[in-house]
Amino acid sequence: MTEELFTMPELVDQYRVDVVDGSSWTRPVPKVDELSAVYFAACAKGALLVQHCPACGHWQHYARLMCTACGGTPAWRQVPGTGTVHTHTMVTRPTLPGFAGDEPYVIAMVELESGVMIMGNVIDCPQEDVHVGMAVQARVVKVSDSIGIPQWRPARGGDPAR
Amino acid sequence: MSAHNRDPVIVGVGLSDYPRAPHLSPRGHHVQAMQRALEDAGLNKRDIDGYMTTEAGIPGAEEYSLPEMAEYLQIDHRWLDGTFTGGSAFEFMMQHAAAAIRLGMAETILMTYGSSLFSHMGRSLGTNTSYEPVGAQQYEMPYGSSIVSAYAMAARRHMHQYGTSSEQLAHIAVAARQFAAMNPNAMYQDPITVDDVLDSRMISDPLHLLDCCVVSDGGGAVIATTAERARDLRQPPVYVLGTTGRQTHWNISQNPNFASTAAALAGPEAFAQAGITHDDVDMLMLYDSFTITVLLLLESLGFCKPGEGGPFVTDGRLAPGGSLPINTDGGGLSSCHPGMRGMFLLIEAARQIRGQAGPAQVPDCNVAVAAGSGGWLACMGVTVLGAEATR
Repeated sequence: MTEELFTMPELVDQYRVDVVDGSSWTRPVPKVDELSAVYFAACAKGALLVQHCPACGHWQHYARLMCTACGGTPAWRQVPGTGTVHTHTMVTRPTLPGFAGDEPYVIAMVELESGVMIMGNVIDCPQEDVHVGMAVQARVVKVSDSIGIPQWRPARGGDPAR
Repeated sequence: MSAHNRDPVIVGVGLSDYPRAPHLSPRGHHVQAMQRALEDAGLNKRDIDGYMTTEAGIPGAEEYSLPEMAEYLQIDHRWLDGTFTGGSAFEFMMQHAAAAIRLGMAETILMTYGSSLFSHMGRSLGTNTSYEPVGAQQYEMPYGSSIVSAYAMAARRHMHQYGTSSEQLAHIAVAARQFAAMNPNAMYQDPITVDDVLDSRMISDPLHLLDCCVVSDGGGAVIATTAERARDLRQPPVYVLGTTGRQTHWNISQNPNFASTAAALAGPEAFAQAGITHDDVDMLMLYDSFTITVLLLLESLGFCKPGEGGPFVTDGRLAPGGSLPINTDGGGLSSCHPGMRGMFLLIEAARQIRGQAGPAQVPDCNVAVAAGSGGWLACMGVTVLGAEATR
């Protein structure tokens, strides 16, 4: 483990995603740990971080203290907030606090270019339009200065060529 | 048979009252199931020298640990295990029990389970109320994930990849209900049709209410010992021919392959241990938390090719009188699911091998496979049971 693991990397503007106000957020908020604190704080600044292993090249999410492939120490990498829907569901019976009345809503696994998958809601489009392979881009709901929740909406350029 | 045959065999099984048992606490289920398994085997509690259970984790119900339950039952054990892998825990524990019996670390092992999930929670399994947004759940709970949505994403991916349909999945629920009609204890016994499943309320698309298991009370106990010791016991021995477990992830967002499961590894390993092929298998007990769980297990275990599960389940082969009956007790889909169904897979498979499954008895049932799925399609435990030793 190294100090860098617990420190937010220098963020670049070219990968910055939109951030919207989420001060009225009533859904579950991550109870951050020493590592997820970096991830969610970066999100609040409009940066999506995943981990990359300098030793073996493995990419991973969620953030861990070690590389899940080789056991070494991973490094943070800021990545573009773009991906494609790997699978999805439309929840018509919400079970968690903050979701009642918002149903139906869409949960998806979003696959990033590196191959890692991130769970998120797909928003800003008719829910029936969500499909496997759909190109999406991240948008962060800023719950506080230290926590941003990335969500996903249709990419501006539409789906990639098949 | 060698002079002292230490092949592991199941010699006693017991079910506690289900599907609704408001008179029983979780430990009441453990005790009742244990008493019935001892009676079934013709053993005394003092014959038990190995013990296994696992924390059931029912929100609002009294919790207990492995040593607490061992104390409560007052088991004088020299071997103890309490592996937790979710619903498949009892298949994983069977692997450990079989090894302990072979090695002589224990002679006669008792495994118990008990849950008052229905009486404590009613039909609200999946509310995630016991979870906090910590650990991996930090990355899921803000999005409103639920147990059903996790399996729904697997079903959606399978549909996308292979063209599987909701109608095909519905056949699995219909077959379970046909067997439930033969089980006077099953939670739901009235016949249902494919249309009934498709017309039932959508919970998390593409999974409808009738694609989801019931929430019940229930408990069970299994007693295993050596083939040698079984010779003078009450029941015909049920051989534990192969038993394996594999894990790919735990939380659904870490699932590396939404269209397959770890049973693709655990299955072949268990079959190889047992020295059997698919043609030898007379019936299956497949964890049916949801219809998609069954379809994925059928494919993972190799009863059909990946992607062919949809057509495979629609020709009636899984139903009563079919060539590959599954979940002859009515399954979690229609009969009994108190949270961790793996125990019931072992018990019903053992009853089938003994020829004691009543109207749901599969003719000439010599080999049965119990495949448990734990967590979010994560921990797959496969146990092959047989009427005779195969090697």
